[in-house]
Amino acid sequence: MLELIDVKKTFNPGTINAKKALQGVNLHLNPGDFVTIIGGNGAGKSTVMNAIAGVWPIDSGIIRIDGKEVMSLPEYKRAKYLGRVFQDPMMGTAATMEIQENLAIAARRGKHRTLRWGISSAEKKKFREQLAILNLGLEDRLTAKVGLLSGGQRQALTLLMATLNEPKLLLLDEHTAALDPKTAKKVLELTDSIIQEKKLTAMMVTHNMKDAIAHGNRLIMMHEGKIIFDVSGEEKKALTVEALLAKFSQSSGQEFASDRALLS
Amino acid sequence: MLGDYFNSLPAAVAQGIMWGIMAIGVYITYKILDIADLTVDGSICTGGAVCAVLITNGQPMWLALVAATVAGMLAGLLTGVFHTFMGIPAILSGILTQLILWSVNLKIMGGANLSVPAARYNLLIARLDLNRSIIILEIFALVLIAVLYWFFGTEFGASIRATGANLNMSSAQGINTSLTKIIGLVLSNGIVALSGALVCQYNGSATITMGQGAIVTGLAAVIIGEALFGWLCRNNFALKLIVVVIGGIIYWVVYNTVIFMGLDSNLLRMTAALLIAVFLAAPHLKNKYFSNAAIAEKKALKEQQKAAKKESKKAGKNSGKEVA
Repeated sequence: MLELIDVKKTFNPGTINAKKALQGVNLHLNPGDFVTIIGGNGAGKSTVMNAIAGVWPIDSGIIRIDGKEVMSLPEYKRAKYLGRVFQDPMMGTAATMEIQENLAIAARRGKHRTLRWGISSAEKKKFREQLAILNLGLEDRLTAKVGLLSGGQRQALTLLMATLNEPKLLLLDEHTAALDPKTAKKVLELTDSIIQEKKLTAMMVTHNMKDAIAHGNRLIMMHEGKIIFDVSGEEKKALTVEALLAKFSQSSGQEFASDRALLS
Repeated sequence: MLGDYFNSLPAAVAQGIMWGIMAIGVYITYKILDIADLTVDGSICTGGAVCAVLITNGQPMWLALVAATVAGMLAGLLTGVFHTFMGIPAILSGILTQLILWSVNLKIMGGANLSVPAARYNLLIARLDLNRSIIILEIFALVLIAVLYWFFGTEFGASIRATGANLNMSSAQGINTSLTKIIGLVLSNGIVALSGALVCQYNGSATITMGQGAIVTGLAAVIIGEALFGWLCRNNFALKLIVVVIGGIIYWVVYNTVIFMGLDSNLLRMTAALLIAVFLAAPHLKNKYFSNAAIAEKKALKEQQKAAKKESKKAGKNSGKEVA
């Protein structure tokens, strides 16, 4: 479903601030894979996500989504294949537009936007049903402005928008990091159930090792722009936080350097 | 004396609607796309110039209006290309196009002004036939609002609104934000140029300076309308646009009133600009000084100071006792 071959990216090349963010990333995801990605600060977790989404062009390497090379496609064209949820709840939704308008925009991802009316009554009914699944009471507030919602509600809505048209790949970039623990747990449960129900292929960046172990069928650890550890199946299920930390210092020759990861 | 004032009101209304149409163009960039587009100072004159040239060459009125609108659209396209493909900041892109249009407008008119006297040409609107002009302008405004209401309700129109509301979300949802920005700018400047064509007929001439400070008038209409009647609109887009036109009318009525009251007309631009600054600053100042959080903070600070004073007084007394 996703193939990364020797993907490299350097920010600010040739300057004193040059940062080799990705130093040859190789990854192959099978359909239905749900991968969690962990790593210290600046390991390249989010950078991998942005490389796939096309936020900026990569320096070298190959990115294939569902067999198609997408390196030369701009971000808005790659959106056809991708559902994305960001760390900042403000980033994934338009605050000044209604809930149903946001959903209608998402329902047209990857489709040609015509001069037909922007939202149909059949759609409104469908949106109400889909919102009811979130169990946040949003189904009765279709015409409310999204800016009125809480961070957790907005993140749940973004998740729904990202999966309304089934994406080839769902990219979750620390999408629960800005939420309080209780809300974060709820959004994670929702993420699990949507991925399972729609049988999506997904990547989730997290700084929470427990979450990384508890969710998905595969776990990747990154360090200095490379994948240093890749585990799946039974072996992943048997992982513990201690084992992961040991694995990290063994693979990288360093202590795991992320305050957030250690504390959570 | 007062009779003179009331006699001047219909003219103010006519001008208000004309500039209100222009303000609808400003609304599209400023409110929907979240871009302050300074192209309008030039494109309003482009509309007037093209209209005047065609009318004086004996072309039909409809052609003059359509050509003026298309000319404005091209100006918007240029700004859009500067901004998106060439990566120039939106404000600077608008200023560059404005400068380009200064030369273009002079070339179109063949000079600094071109008169289209109502006495010689069959004009759509004229200062001397205000009643008819107002009715025609109202029809123009209402048809325009109806068309825009439809357009911004469509799938493509919604993607323009989304672009202004959240650029990041729009790209992630597959919207070509360069295209939506360009189309928004094209549409906006087309409308502005159309209003320029109307203004030039009303004034009986197109002049190179007719667009100077147009952006201020347009913003004033948008802001006055929203401040006074925004609460009426809820989420209705058509009402919001109607309110913009009403804002334009109020601007010109106030303009006429202050002139009637004897304000130096040289000071008008400054007054208008300062008024806009106050309106624009209001939400920010309100948040900073008058929100509940700010008030609570102030209160806490005051109490702290009071407590500190008491403490120091007490300490002073105690030390006094000790000495005794």
